[in-house]
Amino acid sequence: MQMKPAVITGFALLAASAVALAGPSGGTVTGKVTYEGTPAKMKPIDMSKEPSCAKMYTTPPMAETVVTGASNSLENVVVYVSAGIPDDAAPSTAATFTQKGCRYIPHLLAFQVNQELKIINDDQTSHNIHPLPKINREWNKSQPPGTPPIVEKYDKPEFIPVKCNVHPWMHGTFAVLKNSHYAVTGDGGSFSLANLPPGKYTITAWHESYGDQSQDVTISGTESKTITFVFKAKPY
Amino acid sequence: MLNIKKLCLNVAIALLLPIAAMAQLGDQAPAAKPSPHMESHVGNLTGHSEAGRQLYFRYCWECHGARGDGNGENAPYVTPQPRNFVAATFKCRSTPTGTLPLDTDLFNSVVRGFNFTNMPSWAALTAQNRADLVAFIKTFSARWVTEKPGDPIQIPTEPKLTLESIKHGGELFQKLECWKCHGQEGRGDGPSASTLTDSNDQPIRPFNFTVSNRSKCGTTNQDLYRIFMTGVDGTPMPSFADVIKPEDAWDLVHYLRTLQYNNRSPELALWESTKEGREIVAAKQVKQTRTGSGVAP
Repeated sequence: MQMKPAVITGFALLAASAVALAGPSGGTVTGKVTYEGTPAKMKPIDMSKEPSCAKMYTTPPMAETVVTGASNSLENVVVYVSAGIPDDAAPSTAATFTQKGCRYIPHLLAFQVNQELKIINDDQTSHNIHPLPKINREWNKSQPPGTPPIVEKYDKPEFIPVKCNVHPWMHGTFAVLKNSHYAVTGDGGSFSLANLPPGKYTITAWHESYGDQSQDVTISGTESKTITFVFKAKPY
Repeated sequence: MLNIKKLCLNVAIALLLPIAAMAQLGDQAPAAKPSPHMESHVGNLTGHSEAGRQLYFRYCWECHGARGDGNGENAPYVTPQPRNFVAATFKCRSTPTGTLPLDTDLFNSVVRGFNFTNMPSWAALTAQNRADLVAFIKTFSARWVTEKPGDPIQIPTEPKLTLESIKHGGELFQKLECWKCHGQEGRGDGPSASTLTDSNDQPIRPFNFTVSNRSKCGTTNQDLYRIFMTGVDGTPMPSFADVIKPEDAWDLVHYLRTLQYNNRSPELALWESTKEGREIVAAKQVKQTRTGSGVAP
């Protein structure tokens, strides 16, 4: 009999969080990701072994391991709420990962646990998609031109390096996250995490070669907080 | 007594609530643990991990490691690296890429050994011993608790061998760009070959068809069919199950056999019975080395 109130409390908690999530307004965390120091100089990619891709570029594209912008901004950083919020159900929309010009678009694809992942080959050459997870299961599939998209899912959160063995310059990342509160920095290095119910959160920023950083943020009401992440650039 | 009971309940609730709250906050549930007791079923044999443990620590652990992580004492001298049973990614399966193999797949790997590697054939052990070993290596990964092996790839009956089949297989070899790694002549020297690494970031070579017909995952036509349909997990070799139709797959098998010109197969005999085929095979043969393959065996 003593358990009943506890169970009811549990349901109440669940209901409360559901209401809080469903609410249209909430706090926002915005900010910018920058670097200090000298990042490694990216080299142009030599695609001469794959003429069908090489001919798509007038000047060879640059490697995307570190992509920087004006005033030391850093791109391709995934900023996400790593603690303080319940896991979300996966959205019904698929996350799309495209192979075009022997590059991955986007270079870093963030999506949720159990969200549908759709992989498309837009090239005139065969690719193999070889994600290298340590926690999730590892698979490796060939995708010749003109074949239907590969549809997959990941059931555990993880940052997964992705490569194409046929074209060794092709590298990318799948960021498989637990909730829908994430952003990937683009040109300018800025991000925005909206609709955060009041509470204390840990915000983490992750970059494929500079590692990760976390900051705690407390949101009350519908306030907007600004935080910045500064990564130390590695010169190699 | 009643009071103590009440107290116990309250303590239990007090302990449970934070757990419920933690689950609410999205903290990770405790990860599944590997089971120390596993069984394997191969034909009418049942393997037991308790028996397999003894055998493992006699025959296997020096390479595969006491923890089954492929980091045994001999591992630094072994390439490709010994299989990591903790990751539970296996090369030779009858199941689709990314899924666990059947017990029989693991059993057959232990019987066969892996050509061109340090893994010998364990045909000298009894079948019961091997079944026990298969059961034991399943105690290293929680995947054997949380997942089931995949559904095996269906292999239709091999159609009659024809010249058209070989020629169409050759077209597929071009279209699917097998040559990017395996090379136009199947020597494992394609443009991407030198850049290949396995999932441990160790350099790995694509299979050289001209040297041998004994690939790592078996020697028969069915084995060859299965290898490219399932892919070789943990290596750059992807699965083609979604992109090759079953009848096309057999054509590719027939063509691949003609690349193995040191192996007198029916496919090679038929190919060499034509003028075109004879000229192609003759042009490929490098006379200077013992096997004629140009690559030391």
